Amino acid sequence: MTPTTVDDTLFASVDPPRLAGSRCGNCGTVTFPVQSSCAKCTGSDMTTVELPDRGTLWTWTVQAFEPKAPYRVPASGFTPYGVGYVDLGEVIVESRLAGEPNGLEIGLPMRLVLLPVWPDSSGGDVVTYAFEPEGGAT
Amino acid sequence: MTGVSIVGVGMQPFGRHAPDFTGMAMGVEAVRLALKDAGVGWADIGYAVGGSNVSGKPDTMVSLLGLTGIPFVNVRNGCATGGVALATAANAIRAGETDLALVVGFDKHARGAFAARPADYGHADWYAETGLMITTQFFSMKDRRYLHTHGLKDRLLAQVAAKAFRCGELNPTAWRRTALTEEEILSARVINPPLTQYMLCSPAEGAAAVVLARSDRAADMCDRPVNLAAVAKRTRRFGSFEVFAPWLPPDAGHSPSVDAAQAVFSASGISPTDVQVAQLQDTDSGAEIYHMAETGLCEHGAQQKLLDLGETAPTGRLPINTDGGCLANGEPVGASGLRQVLEVVLQLQGRAGARQVAGPPQIGFTHVYGAPGISACTVLTAGH
Repeated sequence: MTPTTVDDTLFASVDPPRLAGSRCGNCGTVTFPVQSSCAKCTGSDMTTVELPDRGTLWTWTVQAFEPKAPYRVPASGFTPYGVGYVDLGEVIVESRLAGEPNGLEIGLPMRLVLLPVWPDSSGGDVVTYAFEPEGGAT
Repeated sequence: MTGVSIVGVGMQPFGRHAPDFTGMAMGVEAVRLALKDAGVGWADIGYAVGGSNVSGKPDTMVSLLGLTGIPFVNVRNGCATGGVALATAANAIRAGETDLALVVGFDKHARGAFAARPADYGHADWYAETGLMITTQFFSMKDRRYLHTHGLKDRLLAQVAAKAFRCGELNPTAWRRTALTEEEILSARVINPPLTQYMLCSPAEGAAAVVLARSDRAADMCDRPVNLAAVAKRTRRFGSFEVFAPWLPPDAGHSPSVDAAQAVFSASGISPTDVQVAQLQDTDSGAEIYHMAETGLCEHGAQQKLLDLGETAPTGRLPINTDGGCLANGEPVGASGLRQVLEVVLQLQGRAGARQVAGPPQIGFTHVYGAPGISACTVLTAGH
């Protein structure tokens, strides 16, 4: 069964996970998430595209304290998690980082995965996108 | 063009105050102090601009100050609110709407990191609900990228914070008045690595106010008026790395701080190398580091040497955040930019007490930066 996502417009496909962005028909700028106009050339000729599922870590941190609402605390309670920007070539995407946030460094090869964030109404998990190191979560 | 001068300043010190002392009441207190400093009354003011992010509509304070019927503009531009309010009031004087204007900023924030509503910034709910969209994440990630790009060490973050608390120790109105060693700062609780708790400013309470006058009238009401040589505000351009950004393009652009600083240096005819005292947005210690270069006060990567030589301390060649900045004063968002102006005014007038820069200095600079990528700068010069 395809899991429920936090926002379907983020995804070009859920299985396998692929992010959706927009490409400007005028200047070629690629955005994430999809948007109806171009932040660079102000044009509105935007086409939805599938973004690469692999990239490199551009910068990162660890969310070490529990954020206030509207952050949704997981059912299992808050644990520190990684956050970063991943360079996908034509666009750099902000993302949760999956797994224990150890051994992260700028330039690390990363791949797209799904990350469960809170329960859905039927006992399954609602998922968001995340990136993890190519060698698997550390 | 009509010159604009600062003829009075007032402040309700930043920090924590009684629960029933509202942000608005702090604003009124700061206004009264600024009017007293200028030697004028509320009835003399012909135009007012007020800024607050969370503590109510500033123009409602006329019910306490006096219902004189003047135009009163409200500003809500995040951390850059004070600078934007100042620019708005200065433009009213230049446009001939008044000879005497008042600018006030105030806020009373709850403890702990800010939480923003996605819809306020044009984002969908997932962005905050999944644990992104937190200001301190951005600060730490911009810092890490900047330090990496320019070959700087994490320790520089602790050096900046230690300098801020040494300044706070010398400032009787600072919130944080205890000096800390670099080791104490580095070993403190990690908030978002590489940032520890002492490398980030805290949301606070307080207010600041400034009285502006036409320069040709300023000498009549103030012994040492300070010229507002230039003030400018800018929003972000394509490609700059900003807070609350789910994506950026691979070819980095420059920040709005670069544009706003260039605008005031160009308009005033003053070079960044002429600046003798500066106040820069130091929401975290890394912000002070990159803002030094973005505003043109130094080259990218030169910060390590400047800090090692103590050049940014009040006794150095380029004193920065002499009152302890946001790190030692905390940040009531609406008031923060005016605190910077107030500190530079005190420095140029020789009224800064134990933290006074020798001279006194003749040329000052202020810079604020706020979400979602806005900046406001001023160049201030000593009047004659």
